Amino acid sequence: MSLSTRAPAETAAVDTPAITLRGLRKTFGDVVAVDAVDLDIADGEFFSMLGPSGSGKTTVLRLIAGFEQATAGTVRLGGTDVTRSAPFERDVHTVFQDYALFPHMSVLDNVAYGLRVRGLKKAERRDRAQQALETVRLGHLGARRPAQLSGGQRQRVALARAIVLQPRVLLLDEPLGALDLKLREQMQVELKQLQRELGITFVFVTHDQEEALTLSDRIAVFDAGRIQQLGTPREIYENPASAYVAGFVGTTNLFDAATSQRILGVAGEHAVRPERLRLSPGSDTETPRADEVRLDAVVVETIYLGTGNRVHLRTSEGVDLVALEQSTGSLDTREHRGDDVTVRFARADVVPLASGS
Amino acid sequence: MSVTSQVPDARNDQAPAPALRGPVARPGSRLLHRMVWLRLSLLLSAPLAWMLLVYVVALAALLITSLWSVDSLSSEIDRSWTLDNFRTLAENEVYRNVALRTVGVAVAVTVIDVAIALPIAFYMAKVATPRARRMLVVAVLTPLWASYLVKVFSWRVVLSEGGLAEWTGLGSPGYGLTAVVITQAYIWLPYVILPIFAALERVPDSLLEAAGDLGAPTGMVLRSIVMPLLVPGIVAGAIFSFSLTMGDYITVNIVGGANQMLGNLIFINAGAANNLPLAAAIAMIPIAVMVVLLTAIRRTGALENM
Repeated sequence: MSLSTRAPAETAAVDTPAITLRGLRKTFGDVVAVDAVDLDIADGEFFSMLGPSGSGKTTVLRLIAGFEQATAGTVRLGGTDVTRSAPFERDVHTVFQDYALFPHMSVLDNVAYGLRVRGLKKAERRDRAQQALETVRLGHLGARRPAQLSGGQRQRVALARAIVLQPRVLLLDEPLGALDLKLREQMQVELKQLQRELGITFVFVTHDQEEALTLSDRIAVFDAGRIQQLGTPREIYENPASAYVAGFVGTTNLFDAATSQRILGVAGEHAVRPERLRLSPGSDTETPRADEVRLDAVVVETIYLGTGNRVHLRTSEGVDLVALEQSTGSLDTREHRGDDVTVRFARADVVPLASGS
Repeated sequence: MSVTSQVPDARNDQAPAPALRGPVARPGSRLLHRMVWLRLSLLLSAPLAWMLLVYVVALAALLITSLWSVDSLSSEIDRSWTLDNFRTLAENEVYRNVALRTVGVAVAVTVIDVAIALPIAFYMAKVATPRARRMLVVAVLTPLWASYLVKVFSWRVVLSEGGLAEWTGLGSPGYGLTAVVITQAYIWLPYVILPIFAALERVPDSLLEAAGDLGAPTGMVLRSIVMPLLVPGIVAGAIFSFSLTMGDYITVNIVGGANQMLGNLIFINAGAANNLPLAAAIAMIPIAVMVVLLTAIRRTGALENM
């Protein structure tokens, strides 16, 4: 009995999405937490819901899990309508932000809990739970209590407890939020590997845009209860649909309509990523090429990042810009406060943003 | 010398300004900081003295008194050691019956209170809105602010012949042990609800959600997750209702009819019967019961998480 295989017969027809949300809406009193969310999440996909706290992403997750009842709209899992079903009737499992391990049970009993609920024999429960613990490399800690584990270990136990039931869909609610940076990066790699090995659909809620970009097949960016943009990490980063998405995912230089008109000569809002800006010392008197924009600026602050520098600039027109310079190894790349520089970027790197909202 | 000469002369005329930087001179605090024992003894001496006086000395006095006797002619206390009082308790059937009756009433009150408190506490901690929860906490606490006698007398009125219990058609059990159990269960209920409520509040909602998420229906969530985590709270509440009922003698006087409990025997012997040593010996019974009970509970480990 291997955890890593799921027979194709068990999965629904290829075209049926693992999760289908239609017109999903959830209100708490006067507060609209989730509004008009339509979403299809494919089988085996690593899907992230990204947004600041209060943007509705966790509520969507809880609606899929069944902890909240939708005010309107439907939730379908593998084509079956589960909108009104209880959590224990749904073939999805959740990894909670606080891990939610049962403090009065051993680690092994925690992992075996779902099997116990399903009436498996004790010996089989132990075998499967042990195997799941080994999948997350905690095979040796089964006898401990959750309180005796570190944060990262608890995180893995929570994962093992969910994957031991071989769900079609795993919901993860900011699972790495409580871990320190080093551990978080390590867990990111492990999560990704685990998801690929098990072939389970992961729905991952996070407010960390870098985490979402590195892990996901697709990302939905949430704000104010709505999906602002849906796409691959590359699409989201390179072609943000709105000023909100451009600002939330990565750092960006935003030009409002007036500024765009003035320095780019085009109408509407635009954005340029900081790493697309090239700096050269001194003012430049050459005429700029047709396919690039050139601006004179003064260095306001230079921040050393290890891998490079982040340079804050103010152009002669009074527009604040941020540029990222990769470290090239030469010692002389660092601009100093007050230096005059010339900023260049290709017109192709200027992303037009949808107006409104 | 060269250092002082650098200070400008004008400064010398003024009073020295308090230094903002550098250490603050506080000799007393420094002493306390260094002398850990001094600090501890200052902190603990008052409460320790109080505990010693109220608990240890009083209990010792009780034990010593129970080993004395009363001269039946002069009614004066004979201060020679004797186990006569305990022999009387063991041999006289009345005392055994009263002791068993008292334990029985205490068990009944505790069982009823826990059974009522569990759903109320669960509703308060896990279902009610924050606003309703605050109001319920106040509602549970309010009876504690009313006089004990008022509450018992109101039960006397409710249970009286032609009283409220009969109006409502439920019928009254009349004055007797049942009335004692009902009244005591009412009076000690807040002491049972509050620890269970506190224990439930400490159980994160995510634990219940996780159990449901893993496929457990509501009944199983309650049995396998909530109840084990509630044991310390239930034990704490049960100890309250049990020990408070064991020591009570007023309720039984007011609604108990002709029945007596240990507290009545102590009261009569300490007062009307003027046999303080026997009263002290009877008082050792509930103490012994509580010691046995607490030791048994401690064995189960339920006290460790309280």
